[in-house]
Amino acid sequence: MNIDPKLILFEETMPGGWNRSHLLKRGTALRLTDLEGGANMAAIFYNAHNPTERYNMPDTLKAQFISCIGKGCACYSDLGRILVSVLDDSCGWHDTISGVSNARTNERRYGSRSYQEARNGYYRNGHDALLLELAKHGLGKRDLVAPVNFFTKIAVDETGAMSFVAGNSRAGAFVDLQAEMDTLVVLCSCPHPMDPTPEYAPKPVRLTVWRSAIAPEENPCRTFCPQNERGFINTVEYCL
Amino acid sequence: MTIATLKESPLDPAAAVASTVVPAGEHWIRLIRAGQTLRIVDLEGNQAVDTIFYNAADYSDRYSAVDTIREQGNVYLSTGSQLLSSEGNVLLTISADTCGRHDTLGGGCSAESNSVRYPREKRYMHNCRDSFLAGLLAWGEGMDKREIVHNINFFMNVPISPDGKSTFADGISEPGKYVELRAEMDVICLISNCPQLNNPCNAYNPTPVQLLIWD
Repeated sequence: MNIDPKLILFEETMPGGWNRSHLLKRGTALRLTDLEGGANMAAIFYNAHNPTERYNMPDTLKAQFISCIGKGCACYSDLGRILVSVLDDSCGWHDTISGVSNARTNERRYGSRSYQEARNGYYRNGHDALLLELAKHGLGKRDLVAPVNFFTKIAVDETGAMSFVAGNSRAGAFVDLQAEMDTLVVLCSCPHPMDPTPEYAPKPVRLTVWRSAIAPEENPCRTFCPQNERGFINTVEYCL
Repeated sequence: MTIATLKESPLDPAAAVASTVVPAGEHWIRLIRAGQTLRIVDLEGNQAVDTIFYNAADYSDRYSAVDTIREQGNVYLSTGSQLLSSEGNVLLTISADTCGRHDTLGGGCSAESNSVRYPREKRYMHNCRDSFLAGLLAWGEGMDKREIVHNINFFMNVPISPDGKSTFADGISEPGKYVELRAEMDVICLISNCPQLNNPCNAYNPTPVQLLIWD
């Protein structure tokens, strides 16, 4: 889907390995574009007016009988409401079951590289980067929950074994997220902890926010499954 | 379906320092000291025992489902699984398991999620996250809703399929099956013995469980 340039409110390229947040107001949408291929963008969604309500991976999976995020599905809060709906997606699989990197996983994969050694090329990890961003909103460790890892595919076989699938996201792949309620989006572009690439090489992601304003009645995510019909009703009632 | 490593425990129930039965729909919260072993017995079969653990010295360091499954490379829990915290500490190790598979991706039921998963009028039914809240509020010490993280569902079977789907399947537990956990540090254990009446995995019949503790 092409975005009408007149509707764009904000656009920026977020370098690999960094963190930021955005207040995504109801009726606006965020496109994440993997500029080079192989990006990983961890995202957690919070009710902007009550951040104790936040993205809930188990509720999202079991409401829609899915184990990954993709086009047509919705990201649920722990209170039975939809924070963002996945309007479009050229990638096909976004992981939400394997968390983010931390100091130990970084050390194991890459070793360490301090700011003193590498200036802004130092090795950053998802856990610490998300906590830094959460702290800017008065949130902390108790608010850090399983994120969606956009652009990353973690396969699960019949025995439950998990594996990283290389090449899931190619240059130009994008995913469009519409806020169904005012949503604080907390982002981190550190490499996925299961990415076997030996070098620390986080990838940039383009952020585009636009006034999408697709009404709940016309949102194709609403008919993804009967559960989503009820999820949209819950959300619309809350936003009255 | 592959059944993980079944392992029986050598521990004698007569030597347990504590034993209690938790009825369906009740919560239970207690300190388990480093070195102690907790056994959860599925008395009547296919009961879901929703459980969260916290580092007793720092409640903001708590069980992390995603770190646990990623670091062990498998989405199901069984004998040998180390339960990791959000700060990377090993909270407990599953030391014995006669069931073979436990879920940690399905989460706990709530009034609000029931209104999505089932007809909307199912909102007004007793649920796990209300039990978790009751347990946290009873424990006090500043614990609140933010402590309700992605839990373990002992004895539950939630298969993940290679095509990106998930389902709630019939349970693989039976009366008397148990799982046993050795505390690697002082932990707080919070349990909601699930009251779910809308899910075929327990044949719509929530039942009691027994908890035993050894020093």
